[in-house]
Amino acid sequence: MFAGFDFDVLIKSLPFLWLGMQLTLQLTVLAVGGGLILGTVLAVIRLSPIKPLSMAVAAYVNFLRSMPLILVIFWFYTLIPRVTGTSVSSFYSVLIAFIMFEAAYYSEIIRAGISSVRRGQISAALALGLTPPQAMRYVVLPQAVRNMIPVLLTQSIIMLQDTSLVYVVGLRDFLTSAEIVAGRDNRPIELYLTVALVFLVVCFSASRLVNLMRRRYSL
Amino acid sequence: MGAYNWNWPILLKEPYFGWIVSGFGNTCLIAVIAWAIAFPLGSAVGLARTTELPWLRLIGTAYVELFRNIPLLAQMFVWYYVVPELLPNDWSQWVKRDMPYPQFYTAVLCLGLYTASRVAEQVRSGIEAIPRGQRHAGLAMGLTPGQVYRYILLPVGYRTIIPPLTSDFLGVFKNSSLALTIGVLELTSQARQIEEYTFAAFEAFATATVLYCMVTGLVILIMRQVERRTRIAGTIALGAS
Amino acid sequence: MIEVKNVSKWYSSFRVLDNCSLAIAKGEVVVICGPSGSGKSTLIKCINGLEPFTQGSIAVDGISVGDRSTNLPKLRARIGMVFQNFELFPHMTARQNIMLAQQKVLNRDNAAADRKAQELLDRIGLADHAGKYPAQLSGGQQQRVAIARALAMDPIAMLFDEPTSALDPEMITEVLDVMVRLALDGMTMAVVTHEMGFARKVAHRVVFMDQGTIVEDAPKEEFFGTPRSERAQQFLSKILQH
Repeated sequence: MFAGFDFDVLIKSLPFLWLGMQLTLQLTVLAVGGGLILGTVLAVIRLSPIKPLSMAVAAYVNFLRSMPLILVIFWFYTLIPRVTGTSVSSFYSVLIAFIMFEAAYYSEIIRAGISSVRRGQISAALALGLTPPQAMRYVVLPQAVRNMIPVLLTQSIIMLQDTSLVYVVGLRDFLTSAEIVAGRDNRPIELYLTVALVFLVVCFSASRLVNLMRRRYSL
Repeated sequence: MGAYNWNWPILLKEPYFGWIVSGFGNTCLIAVIAWAIAFPLGSAVGLARTTELPWLRLIGTAYVELFRNIPLLAQMFVWYYVVPELLPNDWSQWVKRDMPYPQFYTAVLCLGLYTASRVAEQVRSGIEAIPRGQRHAGLAMGLTPGQVYRYILLPVGYRTIIPPLTSDFLGVFKNSSLALTIGVLELTSQARQIEEYTFAAFEAFATATVLYCMVTGLVILIMRQVERRTRIAGTIALGAS
Repeated sequence: MIEVKNVSKWYSSFRVLDNCSLAIAKGEVVVICGPSGSGKSTLIKCINGLEPFTQGSIAVDGISVGDRSTNLPKLRARIGMVFQNFELFPHMTARQNIMLAQQKVLNRDNAAADRKAQELLDRIGLADHAGKYPAQLSGGQQQRVAIARALAMDPIAMLFDEPTSALDPEMITEVLDVMVRLALDGMTMAVVTHEMGFARKVAHRVVFMDQGTIVEDAPKEEFFGTPRSERAQQFLSKILQH
C-alpha cells in the first residue's frame, strides 16, 4: 500500500510546508500569550466581589464556550473590517478571534486553579498575621499556579491543533499548505499523512513532557 | 457601523430560511450519530485502560494518544481524502461511487472516533477516582472482576463524570461545524453561505450563534436534572458546566 | 483453618513480607499489631488473595490461595473482610450493600437476602437505618454495616484490617462492641489493630510484626506479661503510654 508513496513530492514541497509551519507556530505563540493575559484579567474580574462585573465576565465566558471556534473565526473575519471600516489582514482577524476564544477557556482554568486552594489555607495565612494580599501572594497563588500549569499547557497543545482551523479563511498554515500541495500535485495520501504524523509527534511529545513535569514537580 | 443595512426579514425568505433549518438539522444529526459512536466506543476504550491486562491497557492508551494528538481537521481530511484510497479496490470503488452522502458519513465517523478518545479519558478518570478499596471490598465478598465493574465501579464512575461527559457532548455538537470543510451543509456553513449570497453577515451569524447557544443551554439544563436525579443521597453534586 | 507458611513478598529489592508463618485454628481470635509499614495489612490481604505474594503458601480451610486453579471469588465469598475505610458502596443503601453479594454470589433470592439483611441490621442496632446511604451514616455506623455485610455471607472466618483506625474516638467503642460479641460467639478472626483493650479482652494470641517479619507470636497473657523481643516491648510502651 505504501509502494507508491512518493517521497519526492514531500521533499520538493518542504520549503513551502515549512513556511506554513512557521505561520502555525507564530499564531500559536501569539494566541497563547494573548489568551493568557486576557484570560488572567477575566479570571480576576470573575473572582472579584463586584457582582455586575463578574457576572458580565461569566456571561462572556459561557457565551464563547458554547460557540464553535469556526463560527468565532467567521464572526471576527467579517466583523472587524466592518466595524473598523478598514481592511484588516486575515492573520490579525484570526489572531484576535483565537485570543478572545482561548481567553474564555484559560480564564476558567485559572479561576478553577485559584478556587481549588482550600479556604483553610487562607484562614491559616491570615491567622499568622499576613495581610490578604500577602496571603494571596505567598500562600494561595503558589499553590494555585502549581495546580493550573499542567492544565494550561494541555489547553495550549489543543490550541496548537486548533490553529489548523484557519483553513476556513484561507490562511496558509501548515495544514492549509499541505492541502494546497495535495491538490496541486494530486498527492493527498503523502501530504495528509505527513501532516497527521508531524502533529502526532509534536503533540504527543509535548503532552508527555507536561506529564513528566507534573510528576517531577508533583504538580 | 451606522452604515450597516440591517435586513432581518431576509432570513425568513426562501431559500435562506430553509437553509438555516436544514443546516441546524444536519448539525444536530451529525452530533447525535457521532455521539452514538463515541459513547460506547469511548467507554470500551476507557475501561480497557482500567483493567489489569497490560495489552488491553496498551491498546486503549494507543487509541487515545493517536486520536487526541492529531488536529480534528487533519483527521477529517485523512478520512475523506486518504482512507478511500487505501481501501481494497472494490471497497474503494463503493465509497467513491455508490456510498450515499459520503461527506456526511465521513464527518460522522471522524467526529465519532475522535470524540471516543475524549470519552475514554473521562471514563478512565471516573473509574480511577474510585478508591482502590472499593474494588477490594467487592472482590473480598466473592464478586468476580466483571461483577465488580457491573455493580460497583460503573454505577459510581459514570455518575461522577456526568458533567465532563456533558461538555464532551457539547464538544461534538460544536465540532460538527468542521464538517463544512468537506462540504457538509451544516449550520455554520449555511450561515456562511447566506452571508455570501445576501451580505447579511450579522443576521446570519447571529442566528447561528443563538441556535448554538440555545442547544448548549438546553443540554446543560437537561443534564443538571439528570445529575440531580442520579445523585447519591448524602453527597454533593458538582454541577454541570 | 488458616495456614500461612513461609510467605514472602517483594517488589524488586524491597521486602514487604519476609518469610511469615502463621496458623489460625477454628474459633481462634488472633490480633496482629506492629508499627505502620510493618506489613500487617499486606499479610492479611494475602490471606484472601487481594494481594499476590511472591513465595510460600497460604491455605484457607485446606484450599490453596496462591494456586492459579483456585476459584478465588468462591473462596473469598467464604471469608469476610472489613476494611479500614469501611468501603461501603456509596450508591447503595445499607440494606442493598448487605444484599448485593448474597444475591450475586450466593444466588439467594431477594426475600432471603432481605431477611438476612434485616436480621443483621437488627443485631448491630441499625434496623432504622436500612434505607440510608453510606454518606448519611456516621463512620461508626458505616463500619458496623460493613461488618454486617461481611457476616451476611455466613463466613467461616473474618479478617479485619484496622477496622477502627479511621474512626473518631467516640465511635470506636460501638464497633469494638460488635467485634467482641462476634469473638465471644466463636467466630474465627484475624484482626489487625492497635486496640490493645480489645486484644486483652478477646484475643487468644497476639502477633507482633516489624519490617515484614513476624517478630513475636504468643498467647495473649504471655505477650502482655513479658514480651520477649525488645522491639515489641518498645512498641507496647509507645502505644500504651497515654
